[in-house]
Amino acid sequence: MGQRTPIYPLHVEAGAKMVDFGGWDMPIHYGSQIEEHHAVRRDVGICDVSHMTVVDVAGKDARAFLRHLLANDVARLDAKGKALYSPMLNEAGGILDDLIVYRGETDASYRLVVNCATRDKDLKWIAAQSSAFDVEVKERQDLAILAVQGPNSLEHVKALLDADGVSRLEGLVPFTSADWQDWMLARTGYTGEVGIEIILPGEAAPAVWRRLTAAGVAPVGLGARDTLRLEAGMNLYGQDMDETVTPYESNIAFTVVLDDHEFVGATRLREQKVAGAPRRLTGLVMTTRGVLRAHYPVFAGDQQVGEITSGAFSPTLSHSIALARLDQGATGDLAVSIRGKMHPVIEVRPPFVRNGKQVYKPARRG
Amino acid sequence: MAEFPGDLKYAESHEWARLEADGTITVGITDHAQESLGDVVFVELPEVGTELDAKAEAGVVESVKAASDIYAPVSGTVTAVNSKLEDEPETVNESPYDDGWFFKLQPKDVGELDSLLSADEYETVCENEEDH
Repeated sequence: MGQRTPIYPLHVEAGAKMVDFGGWDMPIHYGSQIEEHHAVRRDVGICDVSHMTVVDVAGKDARAFLRHLLANDVARLDAKGKALYSPMLNEAGGILDDLIVYRGETDASYRLVVNCATRDKDLKWIAAQSSAFDVEVKERQDLAILAVQGPNSLEHVKALLDADGVSRLEGLVPFTSADWQDWMLARTGYTGEVGIEIILPGEAAPAVWRRLTAAGVAPVGLGARDTLRLEAGMNLYGQDMDETVTPYESNIAFTVVLDDHEFVGATRLREQKVAGAPRRLTGLVMTTRGVLRAHYPVFAGDQQVGEITSGAFSPTLSHSIALARLDQGATGDLAVSIRGKMHPVIEVRPPFVRNGKQVYKPARRG
Repeated sequence: MAEFPGDLKYAESHEWARLEADGTITVGITDHAQESLGDVVFVELPEVGTELDAKAEAGVVESVKAASDIYAPVSGTVTAVNSKLEDEPETVNESPYDDGWFFKLQPKDVGELDSLLSADEYETVCENEEDH
């Protein structure tokens, strides 16, 4: 038996198919992954992501410490509640994990949300890196995270709040958060839709889940969460990136702030920025029948130029999409080998879907 | 829980076979198979006229989770395919034993059906799989 979130009994009650996910018993779907995917794109869904690790960083050096720890620059978080996405790198510029950091009341308190599969490694790394700083690092196992996502998500979350909570929620734009009582409400997510992630005491989470699902919010498993994030062009740690690649090889150059910013891995990234990254993470689209899947090889002519890192049938687009890591020099007509047969694909710039609509554009190359 | 109709014969590779009144054999994938695959998104069917040996690859079913080969449960010639599955692959999930059939075979030797599993035997195979 794996670890269980406070929502576990409600997943089972809802008929979820439970799977092991990084040592946790988590719902992969509740009947139809595709219907759950559509619910988020067209209406609203709720996903239990309490397996993710919440880490609070507080103390007078908190800002300086996180500027050292992260490739993105927390100095950009110039107001309470602001959030940013960042990779956490090793000295070689390899990606140890990706995370969201939220600023608290002052620049002496922050909250990180990191991946569950990397929890042990991350906590050790963060502790080791913090030794020269006056900060306290505290894991918050007492908290649950419920991601309510979809065009109608805000209305459903408002129904849970009093007037004060509603006004706080209405004041939020994407990548900001607010506290309400002992909840944190964050306009963040992993779906490419409008949405709220609620970080709240674990014991309060089941009642919130019950109220939202009773009001028509669809339970969404990790299967649909994966196709939603892939359509949104968002990387999955451990699949699309890991310690062997840098942000420049992972289509997240936008998360690297090199100006006036020293951090772990910066030296290596400055070198790579000058020399050029040897590989690129890019989008692939296949409009013919079939499904692109992780590890399928990608060819330019008879030359293998890389492989798919994540692939799926896109329920919104009704064809297959993928992220692939290719040699930087790969140009021309690309094809993917599926069970020994070549299938032409088109390279595109992710994201594939935003706010329910196709948004991908052909990459301009060779 | 998956259904295991008693009037069908089953292959360990999760196809079912039904002997029709006209002597042909209809083939599909089982309820247990569609449940473990999850939502089916594409189906590749054999061409009518193809001669298949028992246990030969006859097609592919692609779901949100994986691609799986479909095998002929007995030897024979493909006489019909369910072209509805090309546009509505979800039929395999909704009706695995009826509207979600894959293809029909004119069997070489109808006696080969006897080498397939009964519903009870197949259910045991599925239970053992889940234990692993």
